[in-house]
Amino acid sequence: MSDILKVRNLTKDFKELRAVDDLSFSVKEGEVYGFLGQNGAGKSTTIRMLLTLIAPTDGYIEIFGMPLHQKRKEILRQVGAIIEKPDLYRYLTGFENIRLFSRLSGVKTTDNQIREELARVGLADRAESKVRTYSQGMKQRLGLACALVHNPKLIILDEPTNGLDPQGIADMRRMIIHLSKDLGKTLLVSSHLLSEMEMVADSMLIINKGRKVVEGKVQELINPVNSIVELKTSDTAVATSFLENSSWKTCLLPSVNGTIRLDLKKTDIPEFNRQLVAHGVAVQSLRPVHSLEEFFLSQTRE
Amino acid sequence: MKKYFVLLLLLLPGMFVGAQDVKELLKKVKAKYDLVNDYTATGKMKTNVIFIKAPVATVKVYYKKPDKLKIKNESGISFIPKGSVNINMNNVLGLNNFEAVAAGTEKINGTECKIVKVFPISDEENITRATLYIDEKEMLVLKSVISTKENGTYELVMSYKTYKAWGLPDKVELTFNTRDYKLPKGITIDYDNGSGKDNADKAKEKKGKVEITYSNYVINKGVPDSAFN
Amino acid sequence: MFLDILRIELFKVFKRPRTFIAFGAIALIILLVQFALKVNGKDFIQLYTDSQADTFDIPYDKILNGYFVCVAVLHMILIHVPLLIALIAGDMISGEANLGTLRLLAGRPVTRTQLILAKFGASTVYVILLLAWMSLFALLGSILLFGKEDLVVFKENDLHIIKNSDVLWRFFAAFIFAALALTAIAAMALMFSTFADNSLGPIVATVCVVIVFTIVQQLKVPVFEETVNPWSFTTHMLGWKGFFYVEKTAEGATINGSVENAGALVRSGLVLAGYIILFLLISIVYFRKKDILS
Repeated sequence: MSDILKVRNLTKDFKELRAVDDLSFSVKEGEVYGFLGQNGAGKSTTIRMLLTLIAPTDGYIEIFGMPLHQKRKEILRQVGAIIEKPDLYRYLTGFENIRLFSRLSGVKTTDNQIREELARVGLADRAESKVRTYSQGMKQRLGLACALVHNPKLIILDEPTNGLDPQGIADMRRMIIHLSKDLGKTLLVSSHLLSEMEMVADSMLIINKGRKVVEGKVQELINPVNSIVELKTSDTAVATSFLENSSWKTCLLPSVNGTIRLDLKKTDIPEFNRQLVAHGVAVQSLRPVHSLEEFFLSQTRE
Repeated sequence: MKKYFVLLLLLLPGMFVGAQDVKELLKKVKAKYDLVNDYTATGKMKTNVIFIKAPVATVKVYYKKPDKLKIKNESGISFIPKGSVNINMNNVLGLNNFEAVAAGTEKINGTECKIVKVFPISDEENITRATLYIDEKEMLVLKSVISTKENGTYELVMSYKTYKAWGLPDKVELTFNTRDYKLPKGITIDYDNGSGKDNADKAKEKKGKVEITYSNYVINKGVPDSAFN
Repeated sequence: MFLDILRIELFKVFKRPRTFIAFGAIALIILLVQFALKVNGKDFIQLYTDSQADTFDIPYDKILNGYFVCVAVLHMILIHVPLLIALIAGDMISGEANLGTLRLLAGRPVTRTQLILAKFGASTVYVILLLAWMSLFALLGSILLFGKEDLVVFKENDLHIIKNSDVLWRFFAAFIFAALALTAIAAMALMFSTFADNSLGPIVATVCVVIVFTIVQQLKVPVFEETVNPWSFTTHMLGWKGFFYVEKTAEGATINGSVENAGALVRSGLVLAGYIILFLLISIVYFRKKDILS
């Protein structure tokens, strides 16, 4: 599949602060692309640059094969977005908000189309209520409806589950999957929660302090060839002595809280276990840790 | 007032001799003006006061013997000088107790006029002194300068034509004293279009003029008292 | 597309209750002034004519007519209307930034120039409607309550009497001029609005600028008269009054249809138009480069 979004060497400085640092990534058509990072990692700044809300200090953005800064209008006509909180016009009704944003996107929607959009996000019965009376979840869904009303090809959702209750989070997750799998939309979804991303994203980019940490297919990131393995034993000294004098020495990682950690190929784990036992190490547990979570935290922890 | 009169007598002894003649002349003039018991006239009034910009107004003038006179702008707004009541010659000619002296002659608009100075003797009169310029041939007052206690001096120049026989002028020019017009700063917050400063200087000219050109008179057909309210 | 955005902006402006506060306030102030003049009109006129009461018969009843009351109303309220304009125009960009909707607007396929122009257009429509509303109450209301007569305009150094038949067009011209002046205020408030992320700042800044320049103008001291005032927009904002100053002939009679020093009015109009363009250009240039972080 072709790249629908290409970012090359994107950089943004706010006076002394470099918010985004030489960031490059690509989003393929039809995929859900997770954009992961701690709060303040530069996700929102990057997304705002994708929507032309912020001018990059340096770098290049191409969407639908067109340079963003030259073909802004053509591109944004096919992009729908929610940026951070779903702030809408509180003094207007849900219906009026959707109509307003569809017109701003250059689309003349009929009243029926607007109602359908409201029904899709479960707000059909609140169409005529002022947004100020909506719950946070309802606002988020209305925001999504506003982002979708002009039938965009690329949907950018910045922290879409922020502030939602568990039900709201589940609804949003279902909606993302529906948009991707049923409607074939391309989605760029940012989050600071890996668990959320794992459930919906096809590909993922992790950034920290504005810089790319890792990018790849979620399946590959979650199930890499290697796995970090934690060994618990009743006699750590024996185990360490064995490992340091064996071929496994190269796989040793620094221990955490006295736990022995190794970076092993998944296929080598049974043999490793067999040798431990054969050398009299009393294995209490041999557990592969969640590698991506570990990785994410280790990379993004202050 | 009497002292003033005595002083005049000393300075102009020759005039005293003619005082009776002058009074006689005034009587004759009055007789002419007395032909009119009342009138209603329409006319155009031009106001020429430095601090007033007014359109030419159509006015109605109502008069009833002996001393009622009212100028009304019935179709608009005019600032009518209070001294306009003096365009009624009976104000001077109707005085009962006065002294009069002749003060020579002067040409008014080409007509030789006899100058008569009139001094009311009673202190109750508003008029303190009047100078009349009388066309002896027609028995008409062509000009008068009237000094009043309350409103200063008025100068009247009258030209007669159509209603000459009744002693009614076709045109009256009334020149009068004005007071400074200047509002405190900040009341009006004017738009400064650059013309205000000229006016401020000219406002020092203390004379205003009103000119009424009569188009027709309705004479002795009765005027209700309500017209003078 | 621009018209669509303008329509959207107008829709937003007139869907907000605060928009109508100005309309309500204006109606109330006008009614109060009309009531006060109905009851104490003569006292009010005496304020102007006091020095002349001995020399002239002052036709108080006639002076107190609908046209006079309308001019008095405009004189009293037009000086305060910039605040009402600032409330709306000062909120145009900053209010959206505060509400969080600016990023939604700017992320749509509309240019920032279009957005500024649409917001300026909406502010201008608001100004015009506010003035139309004002004229409805001030002019029609006063004519209904006080009738029509010649108009007497009292200035600091002279007074002008304008024929009844020569007045109405002056009101229309004055309203158009006032619209131009208030549009300049709207453009300034909009400019401040692009600089800020909350509406209070731009509104207060606009009002402060108007107050400062009004005070400087009223001081009438040479140091300002010759330097600041010829270019201060508060000087030119009063231009609407210029339509009620008439020219006179050498004999002192007013000339129907004339305006005293019409050239000054044209200059004021051009200065105001210049300010509008300047404020708009600054708004556009700044807003196009602005990082929307709200």
